[in-house]
Formats: sequence, structure tokens, C-alpha cells
Amino acid sequence: MMNHLENLAFIEEGQKKRKIRYRIVEAVLLLLAIILCGLMMTVGNTYYSPRTVIQVLAGKDVQGAAFTILTLRLPRMIAGITTGFSFGLAGSVFQTMLRNPLANPNIIGITSASSAGAVFCILILHAGGSIVFGGSILAATVTAIMIYLLSKLKKYSTGRLILVGIGFQALMNSAVSYFLLIGSEKDLAGALRWMSGSLNGVQMTSIYLLLVAMLICVPLILFYAKSLKILELGEESATTMGVNTNKARGILLVSSVVLVAVATATTGPIAFVSFLSGPIAKRITGHGNSSPVIAGLFGVVLVLAADMIGQQAFAIRFPVGVITGLLGAPYLIYLLIRMNRHGEF
Amino acid sequence: MKTQNNKKNGRNSFREQKLFLPKHFLITLLVIMVLLIVTVVLSISLGSRQVTVNEIIDALFHPQISEYGVNVIRKRIPRTFFGLLCGAGLGVSGVLMQAVTRNPIADPSILGVNTGASVFVVCGIAFLNITTPSEYIILALLGSTLTSVLVYGIGSMGKGGATPMKLVLAGAATSAALSCIISTVMIPRSYVMDDYRFWQVGSIGAGTWSYVSLLAPFMLIGIAMAIGLAPALNAMALGDESATSLGVRTGIVRICAALTGVILCGSATALAGPIGFIGLLAPHLIRLFVGGDLRYTIPLSALTGAVILTFSDVIGRLLSYPGELEVGVVTAFVGAPILIYTAMRAKL
Repeated sequence: MMNHLENLAFIEEGQKKRKIRYRIVEAVLLLLAIILCGLMMTVGNTYYSPRTVIQVLAGKDVQGAAFTILTLRLPRMIAGITTGFSFGLAGSVFQTMLRNPLANPNIIGITSASSAGAVFCILILHAGGSIVFGGSILAATVTAIMIYLLSKLKKYSTGRLILVGIGFQALMNSAVSYFLLIGSEKDLAGALRWMSGSLNGVQMTSIYLLLVAMLICVPLILFYAKSLKILELGEESATTMGVNTNKARGILLVSSVVLVAVATATTGPIAFVSFLSGPIAKRITGHGNSSPVIAGLFGVVLVLAADMIGQQAFAIRFPVGVITGLLGAPYLIYLLIRMNRHGEF
Repeated sequence: MKTQNNKKNGRNSFREQKLFLPKHFLITLLVIMVLLIVTVVLSISLGSRQVTVNEIIDALFHPQISEYGVNVIRKRIPRTFFGLLCGAGLGVSGVLMQAVTRNPIADPSILGVNTGASVFVVCGIAFLNITTPSEYIILALLGSTLTSVLVYGIGSMGKGGATPMKLVLAGAATSAALSCIISTVMIPRSYVMDDYRFWQVGSIGAGTWSYVSLLAPFMLIGIAMAIGLAPALNAMALGDESATSLGVRTGIVRICAALTGVILCGSATALAGPIGFIGLLAPHLIRLFVGGDLRYTIPLSALTGAVILTFSDVIGRLLSYPGELEVGVVTAFVGAPILIYTAMRAKL
């Protein structure tokens, strides 16, 4: 009896420790995000003091600074925050729900589908703005639904879903290369820039749409995050614990696909953000204690930092997606090696 | 029938495998040969310029005639041969990779070997100003060799060795990682994009006699080596231990087979660009009819690969008449659904 009580106290203490660690991580990430936001507003081609920035944001018309800050830097920053959060959140939901870090929009073809849709609109329809936006969302959603349905046709398993997704990835990639080939030269640069993911020239209208999508999807995901934790234990355990797995999985999947699709349509696929955020968030908060919110915050920090690096660090300005890709690729390989070592397949 | 005979003979060495023709071998061979001839004829006669029988005969037997239609045909002939060579190489490369990795879904495009070749070619265009086909071949071979070593290394870690799932994931992940390098190199240099976009889609449209003569030695030597390795690989299909007891030096055979596969696919990719799924389609189709004996599947896959690639090229020319759809796009659109179908039916 005594032993039990001691155990209980031990567990409670551990819980408390993890809770504190979670809060600390959350606070640090928020702080980092705010610092990066501040840097993004002040540093650039010309430096504006924080005072000027605040004055401009408060509505005062400062000569020269107003245009740069309100029209160039503010949309860029908001786009970075919103897409970073969406990618991180949705990616970690995918990974947790399918219980495999590789089951991720980047690997299973949803991002490629969205690229194919957008490149089709840019190169074949010569469209811009909202049509590209709609095309990429449509392609991503349809592909996601098809992958899910096809992998469910016989007997659902995550491995099957990933393989089917890789098939779709191949299909979509070849579609993209075909569009690139027949596209006219003058549209090509735009398509390529879109494909690598960039915060340049993000339009406020698409940011508003993304904000609407976030307002609907994020609360839904957070509400079902508890079932997500139980889903992580596996289908059978979740059912015995009273979770309606089909409903929970359906809602989580749909809202994260919508988030990824709209975010991708806004900036183009920023490589590996949705893939990196989940596992890293898990690492820094400790196992079993992570939440999609931390992953989302990490996504924000990652996107903002990568954009800063891409804009300032080199002679040529690289789009943010190239930087996240270069950061993410080695981690992807490392993760794969680690998973194989631990025999997680 | 086959197993009965084997038992009676009581094999001592893997070299003494008797040639027992599989039941459907001759009929399969016949069908493929007919298809091959039909494909060649179609490939020479169909395209954006319609030609007459007389023009074809002129092109073949009267070298002094030089009309427009005749010249069109003279252009199509090397293209056809180039397609046949690439298809044969890719088909055999698929068989070898599947045999070495003991994995039914091994294919250069799925394992990321094509992307590896692409990275090196892009870097070559960007930093070394490569232009000639032989430079493309060297870089593509280097890239595909290094990538296949990397992918196989990652995929075979941990217990259970290189399972299909692990290899495919390693290939997809490596591909994704390498694509990032490609876009990093390409974005600041628009001239690279211009060269690369025509290469990366996979097309045999540029095939000339010089391409054919450049590629032919690689393909012929590669396929001959593959056929030579077949008995040893057959024995290895039973497992490394039994193969060793039959006198196979498994390590050397595996390295040779993998190298041959990489050379076949790397050199074809260098000249034609990444053409996916031939290595997956051809062997699977052949296995349906003649079973798994590599002494038959290797030559038949070479023929089937040649037919599939060249026929896909013809389809590409017809689909978007009077322009043409590149063969890499056609094979991906046929091959990817079949991969998805395989994934749907596989026991996972």
C-alpha cells in the first residue's frame, strides 16, 4: 500500500516537472517568435528603429518608412507566422495520428499535388492570384481524399497509406515536370519560385483566407487533440478507451489537409516545415507531452528564421523554402536512419 | 515438372543449372518479338508528319533520295533505336535491383537513383559547363552510384535488413532531400533551368545515331553481364547461406549485379533524362508469364522494357498530336497507378 502511494507521488512529481518544461518551452518559442518578428520589421534593405516601426504601425505617416513597413514587411511577417503555424500544426497532427513521422504531406504527395495544381494554373491557364490559390487547394484536397480512400480499400494500414502516397507523389511530380516543359519562358520563373515556397509577393487576400481557415480548423484540431493523444496509442486501444476513432480521425485529417492546402496555396510549399516541426517539438518537450501547438510555434520560428537567413545571409536572395529544405534534408535522413535502427517499421 | 527434374539431378554447383524452358517461354518470346516489330514499325511510321509506305521504303533502301518525308523517317530510325536501347537497359536494371535487394518494388525512379543522377547533372550544368553527352554520362553515373549506395545503406540499417518498406521510404526521403539541392542550385541560375527542364522530363526525342553509338556499348555490356550473373543470382534467391553452399561468392556477385544495374540505368538516364517505372513494369509483366528464373526474366525484361518505352513514346506522339508528349510523362502516368495498385494489394 505504501509502495503504491510512493509511486503515485513519484508520477505526480514527474507530471508536474513535465508541465513546467512544457510551459518553459512554450514561453521560449513565443519569445523567439516575437524577437524574429521584431527583427523582420526593423532589419532589411534599410534599418528602421523599433520606434519608427511602432509609430508606423500606430498609424502615423512616417516619410519612406510607411510604405516599406506596411506594404512590404508586414504582409511578409504575417504570412510567415500564419503559414509556419499551419504547417507545423497540421504536420504534427498527421504524424501523430498516423504514428509515423514520415506520414507527412511532404512525403505522401499532398504538397506535390498542390504544386501540380498551382503550376498548371500558372503555366497552362496563365492565371495568377486567386485562381492559382484555388487550383492548388483543389488539387491537394482531391489527392488527399483519394490517397485515404485508396489505402482504405482493402485493409487500412499506415504503411499502405504511405506507399499509395508515394505513388501519387511520383504521378504529381511527373505532371509538374511536364507543365514546366510546355510552359512559356516568361511564366517559368514565377512557377519555379512558387514551387520552392517563398514569402515574396504574398497577397493580403490569400492571407485573409488563410486566417479564416485557421479560425475554423485550429480550434477543431485543438478540441480533438485529446483524442489525438489516445489515437497515438493505436486503433484498438483508442476504441476501448471510448474514442470514436473514425469521427476523430476524419475531422482531424480534414482540418489538417485544409490547413496545409490553404497555407501551401498562400506561399508555395515551404519544404519540410510540416515534417520537421512535429518530431522536434516532441524532442524539446519530452516524450508523450508534446502538443500540436508547440509544433505550430516551432513552425513559426523556423519559417521566420529561415526567411531571415534567406534574405540576409547570402549575396543572392533565396526563397524561404530553399533554406528550410537545406536544413530539413539532413534531418530527414537522420530520422530515417534512427527509425531503421530502432526497428520502427 | 521443373522441381521434379531438379530433384532428380541433385545439383552440386550453381553452374550446372540445366536449361528447362518455362512452360510459356516460347510463346512469350514470340509475342514479345511480334510486339517489338509492331512497335518499331509504328515508331517509324507515326508522328506529326504522316508518311507513306513508299517514303519508308525510299528511306531504307535508297540512300540517295532526300525528300522531306524521307528525311523525317531517317530521323525517326535512330530515335527508335535509342528508345529500344534505353528501354532494354532500364528493364534489366529493374530486374537486377529487384534481385539484389530481394524487393519487388525496387526501381531506379522509386529508389531515388534518378534524382541522384539529376543532382550531379544539374551541378555539372551549373558549375562545370558540361554540354557533351559523354560528360552527362560520367556525371549521371557518378550520381546514381553514390545515391544507390546511400539509399541502400540507409534502407538496410536495423533489424530485418532492407525490407521493401524501408527501401522505398529511404528512396523517397533521399529523393526529397536531393530535390532541395537541385532547386538551391537552380534558382539563382536561369540558364541551368533552361537546359535542365528539357532533360529532367525524360525524352528520347533527341536520339541521334551518335547517341545510339554512345549508349550501345554500355547497354550491351551491361545486359551481357546481367545474363552472366543470372545463375548466381538465381542461387542467391534461395538465401545467402544456400547460395554459398552452392559455390556462389555472394558478396562479389551482389556488388557486380548492383553496379551493373546502376550503370545500365545511369547511362540511359544521362542521355534520355529520368524515365521512371520501366524497371518496375517490365520485370513484373514478364514474371507473370515465365516465373522468376532470372536466366529468362533478364533477356525477356530487356525486350519488354524496349517495347514498353518505345511504345510509350509512340503513344506520347499520338496523344498530343501534332506536338508530342515526352515519354517520361507517359511512363509515369502508366507506372504510378500500377505502383499504387501494388501498394493497395500488398500485405502490409
